[in-house]
Amino acid sequence: MIVRISGEGQFSIDDAATAELNRLDSELEAAVNRNDEAAFTAALHGLLDQVRAHGSALAADTLEPSDLILPPEDASMDEVREMLTEEGLIPG
Amino acid sequence: MISARSRGLMAAKMLMKGTAARMGVMKRVSLVFKAKANKALDKMEDPRETLDYSYQRQLELLTKVRRGVADVATSRKRVELQMNQLQQQSNKLEDQARKALGMGREDLARGALERKASAQGQLNDLQVQYAQLQAEEEKLTVASQRLQAKVDTFRTRKETIKATYTAAEAQTRINEAFSGISEEMGDVGMAIQRAEDKTAQMQARAGAIDELMASGALDDAVGGQRDDIQSELDMMSASSDVENELSRLKGEITAGAPKQLEGGANGNSQGAQAPQAGAQAPQGQAQPASIPAADRPAEPQDGEG
Repeated sequence: MIVRISGEGQFSIDDAATAELNRLDSELEAAVNRNDEAAFTAALHGLLDQVRAHGSALAADTLEPSDLILPPEDASMDEVREMLTEEGLIPG
Repeated sequence: MISARSRGLMAAKMLMKGTAARMGVMKRVSLVFKAKANKALDKMEDPRETLDYSYQRQLELLTKVRRGVADVATSRKRVELQMNQLQQQSNKLEDQARKALGMGREDLARGALERKASAQGQLNDLQVQYAQLQAEEEKLTVASQRLQAKVDTFRTRKETIKATYTAAEAQTRINEAFSGISEEMGDVGMAIQRAEDKTAQMQARAGAIDELMASGALDDAVGGQRDDIQSELDMMSASSDVENELSRLKGEITAGAPKQLEGGANGNSQGAQAPQAGAQAPQGQAQPASIPAADRPAEPQDGEG
């Protein structure tokens, strides 16, 4: 599975590691829904660390699209909300 | 991968209907990216014609990222310059404080150290900004290299696709190339936007610090203007030269008696008190060096007051 950390690059990840990713992702989403910035930051950093620890970086010249995309490390909760609407993204 | 694309389309439709709520943040973000890419693809009647157009857009984006890197670097250099200025100022104020203490003027030393603390506070703030700008610059540089690599791949593939065109095959390969590059372009575009926002905020703060320094609120070490602490220190130093000279002359007159050394020391401490008495005397005698010590107003403004 290919995961992109926005602003950082793409990683190839073993399917074995996805359960933990999904768990952290649920926490992230719950934090966004609860409007809990501290929990949001913790979950986001946990997710990114997990991807960095278990993923291997894809070559820069690959044109593979990602299966999952993660917000950048320093993203605020509001920014992530924006990313979840089409208007928040610069057109590809 | 056509299958990936149709998955993306399906998911994108689910997203539009609002059924994506239970999907997790990672999936939803990627679907938003895919929806964008698919929208771009769907517009194309003959994908071959749009290969060149897309390539042009990629080159434009590359230029934009490089400009973004340069902008962030400019901001970083500005912050660096301010940091150097504040550091000089801070050093100078500490030096002044030391001199003031050496002359027994704790009040002046305190004033200098208060300004130093203020300069140091600004400096700490700038150090944080500097680190952020540096990180942003590195991030954008890497992003620009990554995009460059992908654009190169795209260009090669574009030429291959055009050369070996059979409708079905080309469509698949074009889709592959497009979805990969458009995700990267979306991400890089976002990275530039974020860098621009951050840089704008920091420029506003840097501007505020420039104004603060220009106003003299932090003192002005670089503008070459003599500040009040320095001028008082200079006056004190001139005054103490006179004291020394005075006791030397006294010593010459009452040549060499062993008691005179102690007497001279007492004379000095009296001399040090004398300016305080002088401060209560009428002001306006502005030539310290030419006036006897007891009459000289050594602390025209602050000091005891």
